Amino acid sequence: MLPKAFGSMETYRSAEKAGYRLLPLRFTRLDDVRYVVSNIVGEFHVLDRATLEALINHHLESGSPIYDDLKATHFIYDDDTKVAHRLLGLKYRTKRARLPHFTALHMFVVTLRCDYTCKYCQVSRQTEDKGAFDMTAEAAERAVELVFQSPSPAIKIEFQGGEPLLNFERIKQVVTLALEKNKLAKRSLEFVIATNLSMLSDEVIEFCDANKIYLSTSLDGPADLHNANRPRPGKNGYQLTVDGITRARAQLGVDSVSALMTTTERSLSRVKEIIDEYVRLRFSSIFLRPLSPYGFAVKTGQAALYDSTRWLEFYKEGLRYILDLNKNGYPIEESYSAIVLRKLLTPQAPGYVDLQSPAGIGISAVVYNYDGAVYASDEGRMLAEMGSERFKLGNVLTDTYEEIFASEQLLSALEESFAESSPLCSECAFVDYCGSDPVYHFATQGHVNGNKANSGFCTKNMGVFRHLITLLEDSPEDREILLGWAWRR
Amino acid sequence: MLQLSSRKNTPLTHQTFDGIRILRVTTNPNYPLALRDDSCLLLPMITQEIPVGFGAYLVTSADHGRPSDSYENCFTLDPALVYLTDGDVIRISNSGAIHVVYRRNANANSLLVTERCNSFCVMCSQPPRDINDDYLIDEYLAALPLIDRGTSEIGITGGEPTLLGDRFLELVVAIKAHLPDTALHILTNGRNFKNPALASRLAEIAHPDLMLGIPLYSDVPSIHDFVVQADGAFDETIEGILNLKQRRVRVEIRVVIHRHTYERLPKLAHFIARNLQFVDHVALMGLEAMGFGRTNYQYLFVDPMDYQRELLEATLILDQAAIRTSIYNHQLCVVPTIVRRFATQSISDWKREYIASCADCDVRGNCGGFFSSVVGKQSRGIKPIRADFSVT
Repeated sequence: MLPKAFGSMETYRSAEKAGYRLLPLRFTRLDDVRYVVSNIVGEFHVLDRATLEALINHHLESGSPIYDDLKATHFIYDDDTKVAHRLLGLKYRTKRARLPHFTALHMFVVTLRCDYTCKYCQVSRQTEDKGAFDMTAEAAERAVELVFQSPSPAIKIEFQGGEPLLNFERIKQVVTLALEKNKLAKRSLEFVIATNLSMLSDEVIEFCDANKIYLSTSLDGPADLHNANRPRPGKNGYQLTVDGITRARAQLGVDSVSALMTTTERSLSRVKEIIDEYVRLRFSSIFLRPLSPYGFAVKTGQAALYDSTRWLEFYKEGLRYILDLNKNGYPIEESYSAIVLRKLLTPQAPGYVDLQSPAGIGISAVVYNYDGAVYASDEGRMLAEMGSERFKLGNVLTDTYEEIFASEQLLSALEESFAESSPLCSECAFVDYCGSDPVYHFATQGHVNGNKANSGFCTKNMGVFRHLITLLEDSPEDREILLGWAWRR
Repeated sequence: MLQLSSRKNTPLTHQTFDGIRILRVTTNPNYPLALRDDSCLLLPMITQEIPVGFGAYLVTSADHGRPSDSYENCFTLDPALVYLTDGDVIRISNSGAIHVVYRRNANANSLLVTERCNSFCVMCSQPPRDINDDYLIDEYLAALPLIDRGTSEIGITGGEPTLLGDRFLELVVAIKAHLPDTALHILTNGRNFKNPALASRLAEIAHPDLMLGIPLYSDVPSIHDFVVQADGAFDETIEGILNLKQRRVRVEIRVVIHRHTYERLPKLAHFIARNLQFVDHVALMGLEAMGFGRTNYQYLFVDPMDYQRELLEATLILDQAAIRTSIYNHQLCVVPTIVRRFATQSISDWKREYIASCADCDVRGNCGGFFSSVVGKQSRGIKPIRADFSVT
């Protein structure tokens, strides 16, 4: 015992005896016996039902470890301390620090033409020779002006298509113009070309090198799967992609090119082979992406060939395989999990467009289409190709920045789809890790909010959250790897 | 342990000053005349030809001989203080009491500005005394111009320095003025910075290289309050840290590991990563057996071998969150191998020791050693480490 001059621990706990109050929290079933309880800044605990009931009914015992845990992580507070509110406020502001920055990602659809004929194309590409689907110099110039009206200190310009390299002249114009403007604007400016790499000429490589432009490509897995998913006259899409990756790395640096995969029905049984393909090519991450219900993917019926539940099986099998690869000495992360883990385990909030509330449309990203039309997201313009202009915000040739970004089209979609006030979402323990996707729900259910009970978006994400939290809770070995992904700098 | 003060310095002549003098030590009898007034000459023995004009004379040899009548302010020097050398700064009273204010060759120099404190930590190495020691700050203000400009770092400690209010800020201003190239490290419990005005005034001084070391012992308010024996201290310290960081004053969090803090160490690390990720440094510190740390040692000490998992986990959580982290006051042989690279030589040279078995250790040169105060009470895990980095 400490000498009498010192007060006992009980003395300093006396203020706890008057009882505790709850801070804002939500709970959702994790599995048959456990619940996830989260607070408004994304901290969470997994509790059994008895402990959850004790928490809610104010029966937790002062001095017990769970009392201390819940108090220190700001689920409850008592007369002993008043600082919880200030810390919660600080954490809440940190999680939403991106909002005032507004649009960071600006996508330029420089052409709709493409040399591929992918059935799952979400964009509705046009055949190569139709010049009518190229962005004009005037539209490009006007779009660059809008880009620099965004208050965001970091600006990323991404060239999309079609195959954007089919209109390389426009890319050169935009890059040159943006760099010129940035001499005064002084933003952190980045360029990415989303390309299938089949037209990666020396001129393109040199231009990318001179202007520090990154490349983002599509790689769906082994040759037969890739070529089946992504047909190209000559049937050599896989080889062209792999050659392009090799060349880009050799001449622009190992981090200059990243790859994305899309899951088709054909992919479902082959997740390990797909991942092995990424490991063989020494990628340090892979993004297991489901098909989006837009464009040709809908027209050709591709999107209807599997549902979110089937995709979740694919994802879980893939994630298990990836975690084992890590244990066996090859560090590779699954990008979607990493985004969710960052939300679960760190004070930061990643800027991933589909998991934002208010929604990321317009706020996180915006699309300038080949014809000058401005869309709130990539999916928004895909929807337009299918006949709905719900997410068309204006046109660079006729509208001002204010008319576009304060348009009723955008503001109403944002307001109506706020996750924290959407039915079912508002009481979901995962809401802070999730987001609202008004374009998806409008496309699938005809309303920006949608009924989450019938939402593939909800099924997919709830499945991912539950799976990741279960791994974190039940497997210390996996937890260590997942923590590394969450905090990766 | 190096002795920093002594009264065993006998006056050999009459004194021409009352109270105390702050003087810079020199061994050079030809020191420029114009500088001698605030210098003190260290002499091996009394010489016939007197170098005139020094503020005081200290004679190191035992058979010093009798000084002539022309000597004044001459004292013998306690053998415990013979390490004094050029550039050191001392406070000397006219009765011969010497306190070493600054040692030019030390790895750390700290100015203890008050013994008063508003906390009463169970392991305090410098137990608070409620006395009027306002004179201390005047002495430091006088000492500052004598301190070598090349000094890399200087500390302010207590007690609780902010209890001095305006005078504390005055000292920071003076340190910035006299030692513009010296890093300043202030040990404070941070509680008074709950007042945003104080945080603002400190920030406005705009010291170019300032760090405040602030203790946080638990993620649970009542446990922290118990450790510092002050109700409400947790809230005040957190408010203080937030107020300081909001004003871009750098903050280091210091955690002393003992009976009441080791179990929740990973949870505290998690709390810091989640709530205070913006702090500039976290130091996880071993217990020093001084002051209350000595009287309560039996009760507080936990062998580092019994908190290996907690230390490892906490360090990795902080490092993962990109927070600069150090392990202080631990011998390398009791730090888990994976986090050994976080262990630093944190113990001030004047109270640092190595023990007999360290002679066989190949990494002794990188090891912080022991507090003199814990020698004999050290961990059961102390063992020499061989060059292949295995523990024998």
